[in-house]
Amino acid sequence: MTGFFGSGPVHVALAAGAVTAIVSGVVGVFVVVRGQSFAGHALADLSTLGGSGAFLANVNPLWGFVGVGAVIAGAMELFGVQRRRGRDVATGVVLGAVLGLSALLLYFDTTSTSTTGATITVLFGSLFAASPSAVPEMVALAAVGVVALAFVYRPLLLSSVHPELASARGVPVRTIAFGFLVLVGVTVSLTSMVVGTILSPALLIGPAATALRLSKRPPVAMAFSAGIGLVATWSGVALSYASYRWPPAHAGWPISFFIVAIVFLTFLCVEVPGRLRRPSAPEAG
Amino acid sequence: MFSGVMANAWAVGTIVGVVSGVVGFFVVLRGASFVAHAVPLSSFAGAAGANLVGADPVLGLAVFAPVAALSIGWLGSRRRRDVVTALVVAAMLGLGALFLSWSTQYSAAVYGLLFGDILGVSDGQLWLTAGLAMAGLVAVALIYRPLLLSSVAPDAAAARGVRIGLVDMLFLVLVALITTMSVPVVGALLMFTLMVGPPAAARSVSRAPAQTMALAVVVALATVWASIAASYLSTWPIGFFVGVIAAAFYLAGRAWSALRR
Repeated sequence: MTGFFGSGPVHVALAAGAVTAIVSGVVGVFVVVRGQSFAGHALADLSTLGGSGAFLANVNPLWGFVGVGAVIAGAMELFGVQRRRGRDVATGVVLGAVLGLSALLLYFDTTSTSTTGATITVLFGSLFAASPSAVPEMVALAAVGVVALAFVYRPLLLSSVHPELASARGVPVRTIAFGFLVLVGVTVSLTSMVVGTILSPALLIGPAATALRLSKRPPVAMAFSAGIGLVATWSGVALSYASYRWPPAHAGWPISFFIVAIVFLTFLCVEVPGRLRRPSAPEAG
Repeated sequence: MFSGVMANAWAVGTIVGVVSGVVGFFVVLRGASFVAHAVPLSSFAGAAGANLVGADPVLGLAVFAPVAALSIGWLGSRRRRDVVTALVVAAMLGLGALFLSWSTQYSAAVYGLLFGDILGVSDGQLWLTAGLAMAGLVAVALIYRPLLLSSVAPDAAAARGVRIGLVDMLFLVLVALITTMSVPVVGALLMFTLMVGPPAAARSVSRAPAQTMALAVVVALATVWASIAASYLSTWPIGFFVGVIAAAFYLAGRAWSALRR
């Protein structure tokens, strides 16, 4: 294990992973409470566009992820994600159109340069490949996210749980909804750096959903959520490091696989026992 | 543009257009866009796994699509399904990433499965797609009334003795079935675009179920045909055209209904 703690890429992976797990754990609780998992998933998928565009333009993928995340959040809000009815259709249509654009950019990536690995890196991420210079940027971005969340904490919570009550009290519900989507966009850009765009919703939603099963009180759930995310990310880094000695290729299993697997198994451990006790209850909903 | 390999592309595109219009109508009606997105994406892991052991990718799709659909159905109730859907799709894709990392030759094949490769459709694939499409359409015809009723008015359907849970599961299996047949052609990421965009456009201009469904099929066919032609002429990926054209139809539908009001 001395090799593990002595390795530079591991330090970077642990630091970047920790920052990401904490922010996404906190933001994720709101995503789950607001029933916006699809939007979170879509924003993550859509930042594929930013990632592939950044690859093409040869800039740091992080800024591609962030820029596109904010723009798309705006487009989704415009299309009418704020109405519960029709929300998932609007999300779906935006998602489809932008995925098409990403397909085109990735196609240019693979034809204009010889880096055929672009598709895989953008989609599935590689924490060991994160450059040390990206860590301060990620920390700064995460700090901005947490501060912004703390700033709007009470109105956001109220408008998530009781939208009508919030607007009756003069909370600008739509502005907050838009701001929150941008915040989710920034958060999934961070998680995209860690586990890739396709898997980043796992880190956003998994720990939060598990935590909300354990406690209904938002601050407690946020703490649980960040904790679960942190454990999953660090275990993922350690297991992925160890897996360089495993079959079949001795090339290491992907870090994102371990993180997602741990997150999903944790969720199952909390969810399935309850489900088995009352198999027909949820349908009554 | 209409000979050889392209003949298969047009035939398969037409089949996919018809079926995704019909099933997509129910996807939009039930607010199941996320599930329609998640099942194809999850089945991608199956294709990656089949690729690894040297089996036909369709076999992998046929195993993973129903597994994903049924675990979403079992773990999440219909009203609060989004969290479970997000997690199941992530878990499946995690497996997909693992399979990919084990296999040595991935980039081109993966890209094809994610974003579609309509020019590589073989005769065998064409017949398989046609068979699965027939099965899907027959299934829709058989459960048409209970499915429609439980989508529009679940409470009334339950009161009339429709088994909502069962119909819901059948619907998920249906989505899995047409996923298996379409992913090798239009790709996992954009399969759902065809199931959501055209029916949503149709629904914004028409309310009568049969009429909306027919319109959805027409719009889906127009989208697919225009995309194949554009993809052939430009050599750009078909997924790009499907996504953009479907969104354009949706916008046009919304604009049209806004102008009429």
